[in-house]
Amino acid sequence: MKKLLSGNEAVARGFFEAGGHVATAYPGTPSTEILENMVKYKEDVYCQWSPNEKVALEVGIGSSFGGGRTLVAMKHVGVNVAADPLMTVTYSGIKGGFLLACADDPGMHSSQNEQDNRFYAKFAKMPLLEPSDSQEAKDFVKKGLEISEEYDTPVLLRLTTRISHTKTLVEFKDREENNDLIGFEKNPSKYVMVPANGRKRHPIVEKRTKKLKDLAESIDINFAEMNETEMGIITSGIAYQYVKEAFPKASVLKLGMAFPFPINKVKEFSKKVEKLYVVEELEPFMEEIIKSEGIEVIGKDLIPRCGELNTSIVKKSILKNKNESEDNQFEDVEMPVRPPVLCPGCPHRGVFYTLNKLNAVVTGDIGCYTLGVQKPLSAMDSTIAMGAAIGVNIGLEKVLGKEFSRKSVAVIGDSTFLHSGTTGLMDAVYNKGTNTILILDNRITAMTGRQDNPATGYNLMGEETKQVDFVKLSKALGVERVQIVDPYDLEELKNVISEEMSREEVSVIITKRPCMLIRRMEYDIKKYRVDEDKCINCGLCLKVGCPAVIKNDDETKAKIVESLCTGCSVCAQVCPKDAIEIVE
Amino acid sequence: MNNIKSILLTGVGGQGVLTASEILSDALIDEGYDVKKAEVHGMSQRGGSVNSHLRYGEKVYSPLIEEGTADVILSFEILEAIRFSKYLKDDGKLVINNLKVIPNSVYFSDVKYPKNPEKALEKVYKNKLNLFDAFKIAKDCGNIRFANVVMLGAISQIMNISDESMEKAIENRVPKKTIEGNLKAFKKGKELVSQ
Repeated sequence: MKKLLSGNEAVARGFFEAGGHVATAYPGTPSTEILENMVKYKEDVYCQWSPNEKVALEVGIGSSFGGGRTLVAMKHVGVNVAADPLMTVTYSGIKGGFLLACADDPGMHSSQNEQDNRFYAKFAKMPLLEPSDSQEAKDFVKKGLEISEEYDTPVLLRLTTRISHTKTLVEFKDREENNDLIGFEKNPSKYVMVPANGRKRHPIVEKRTKKLKDLAESIDINFAEMNETEMGIITSGIAYQYVKEAFPKASVLKLGMAFPFPINKVKEFSKKVEKLYVVEELEPFMEEIIKSEGIEVIGKDLIPRCGELNTSIVKKSILKNKNESEDNQFEDVEMPVRPPVLCPGCPHRGVFYTLNKLNAVVTGDIGCYTLGVQKPLSAMDSTIAMGAAIGVNIGLEKVLGKEFSRKSVAVIGDSTFLHSGTTGLMDAVYNKGTNTILILDNRITAMTGRQDNPATGYNLMGEETKQVDFVKLSKALGVERVQIVDPYDLEELKNVISEEMSREEVSVIITKRPCMLIRRMEYDIKKYRVDEDKCINCGLCLKVGCPAVIKNDDETKAKIVESLCTGCSVCAQVCPKDAIEIVE
Repeated sequence: MNNIKSILLTGVGGQGVLTASEILSDALIDEGYDVKKAEVHGMSQRGGSVNSHLRYGEKVYSPLIEEGTADVILSFEILEAIRFSKYLKDDGKLVINNLKVIPNSVYFSDVKYPKNPEKALEKVYKNKLNLFDAFKIAKDCGNIRFANVVMLGAISQIMNISDESMEKAIENRVPKKTIEGNLKAFKKGKELVSQ
C-alpha cells in the first residue's frame, strides 16, 4: 500500500524502518517536520529537540558512539552552527550509523540565505546522498545508515524545500529491529581527538574517501537513463524531475550520491552523448568537478545560480529562449502584496508598535518577530543569524559609544535566546555594555510551527519537564536590571523600554505572553468592535498592522473582522476616541 | 507527455487551502493515479498568500505546475485567483469563491485592492469562470465551514473525479458528525458547474 508522504515524513518513516534509535534536531524550515513525524514512532525511536543544532549534533555523536543508529536533522544554516563538531566527527568516525539530514532552502522561502550545503560534504569529507522524491528520501535513509556503518563515516542526506515539502507516493515496510546495542567501548585513539590522534585519523579519512569514491562509481543510485544521445544531462535531487519533464527524450545521468564524485561514470556517459549538460540547483558543485577533469560541459553559463529551478527555467535556459513577455491580461487590475503577517493577537505586535513610536534602532533576530520589519510596524534594523541581535547591538555600542545604546534595543525570541543568545548576553555584561535586550517570550518556538523548547515546560516526547527561568538566567549572567512586562499593555511597554534604554547598564526586559496558536493553551478570547459613531477614521488603529483591523466597504470608518479578532486590545489602546470597544 | 493534469489551489493562509488539497490528493490516489503535491509551509502566520500545486497522471515528474499549464485554478479568494491566473492554460477553468480578503498592505501603499475584480475576471475568462459565493451555499447546507467542500464539488465535476473517491476522501478528513452536511455541500458544489 502506497501513501502520499512529504520528503520529511518519508525520512522519519525511513529511520523508523531502518531500526533507528535516537533522533535529534533543532526546528528550522524546511526540515522541521522530520522530527515532528519521527515522534509518531516514539515507542521505538527516542526523539528530542535540542536547544540548538550544535547540541543536537553532539547528542547524535554520543548516541552513535554508544552504538545506536542516529539521525540528526536541521536546516541548511543550522549546519553552520553544528559545523564545529561535524568537522571533527568525520575524523573520529562513528559506531552506530550516523545520518545528518539537512534541508536547504533554494529560493529562500523561509531563510536568510540560500547556501548550498553540498559543499559541507566535500568540506567535512563525508558522503552525500540526494533524494529526488519521497520514496528515495525514505530509501536513502536506510542506505545512508548502511554506508555510514560500513565505511565508519557520518553521511549527509541533503534535502531541499521541494523535496522536504512535496508529497509523493511511498511504499511502506516494517521496522527492522536492531536490538543488539553493544554499548560504549573505550577507544581513545578513535574518540579523543587530541592532535596526536587527529593526525592518525586524517590519513584514515583520506583513504576512506577514496573507497567511497569507488562506491559512488558502482552504487545503484547513480545511474544513466539512456535515450536519444543528442543531449546528455547530469543532474541530482529535485532538478532531476525538472530535467525529465523538460527534456523527456534526453539521456540523463542521475546521481543519488554526488560526493565523492563518480567521475568515471561521468566520463563514460559523456562519451555516449553529443552534448553534455549539468543541471543543478544553486552552485556549480558538480560542474566544477567535471570541468576540473577537462570534460566539456555546459552548466551555469545557462542555468541560473540564484533561486529555485523549475521545469520552465530548465527548458528555457537550455534552449536559450528569451523570456517571451506574455500579455498580462490583468494589466489594469491592482495587485496589492499579501505577505505573511503577525497573527491577530500576536504578542509581538505591541512590542514593535512601541519600538516604532520610540524610534529605536532595533537589532533583530530570527523568528516570527522578524516580520516586525514590515510596514506599518517598520521596527527592525538588522537581522543576520540566530542569536545575532545581541552581538550586533554590542558592536554598534562599541563603535558608536554608549550614547548609541540610549536609543537602541536588541530583540530576540525565547527559543532564539536559548539557541544562541545567552553567550551574547554574557558578552554584554562581561564587556561592560549598556545594552537593552528584549526577550520576546511567547512560550514556544513559533515560526517553525510551534515546537517546544527548554523554556516551555514540555519536551518533544510530550512529557512535562523543567523550564528555563529567564529572570534567574539573566541574573546569573550578571544582569541586575531584569523585568517582565505584558506586551498587551502598551503604556507599560513604553515606560519600561524608555526607562531601560536610558540606563547606563545592561537591562533585560522579558515580554511574556503565549503565542495565540499554542495548541494546549486555553485562551480567553474576547472580541472588539468599532463604534462607528465615535470613529473619526484617523487610521491609527490600522498602524498596529493587525489582519483583523481593516476599513469598512466605503473606507469611511475602521472595521474589525470579528471572526479574526482575539481581543488583545492593542488597537483599542491606540484609538484616540475610545471608539474600539469590547463586544459584550 | 503522458497526459498529466494540474490543479493549482490558492487562497489566504488559514482558509484551509492545504486541507482541501489533501482531500483532493486522497481522492486522486484512490482513483489510481500517481500524485505529487507541492507547497511551502513553515510560516505559521496567517494572512499570507498560500498555494498548493497538485499534479496527477500515470507518472508525474515535476511537482511544480508550469505557468500556462494548469487545468484548473481553485481559489478561495478572488484577488489570489487573479494573482495566480498566469498558471492557467488557454482552455483551463477557474473555480473561485467570491470572497475578498483585504490585506493590511493596502493601507500603507499606493496599491489598493481592486475595485471590481469580478468584472475583470468575467471579461477575460467568460464561460471558463465559475465564480460563486461558497459561504452562502455552505450556510444553506448547514454550516459556513462546508464552503471548501462546495469548491471541491465543483472541481471534481470539472476534472471528472468519481463521486465514490471524493466522498470517501471527504469522509476521512472531516469530523464525523459533519459528514452528512459536508456531503450535501459537495453535491451542491457539483451542481454549480457543467463538465
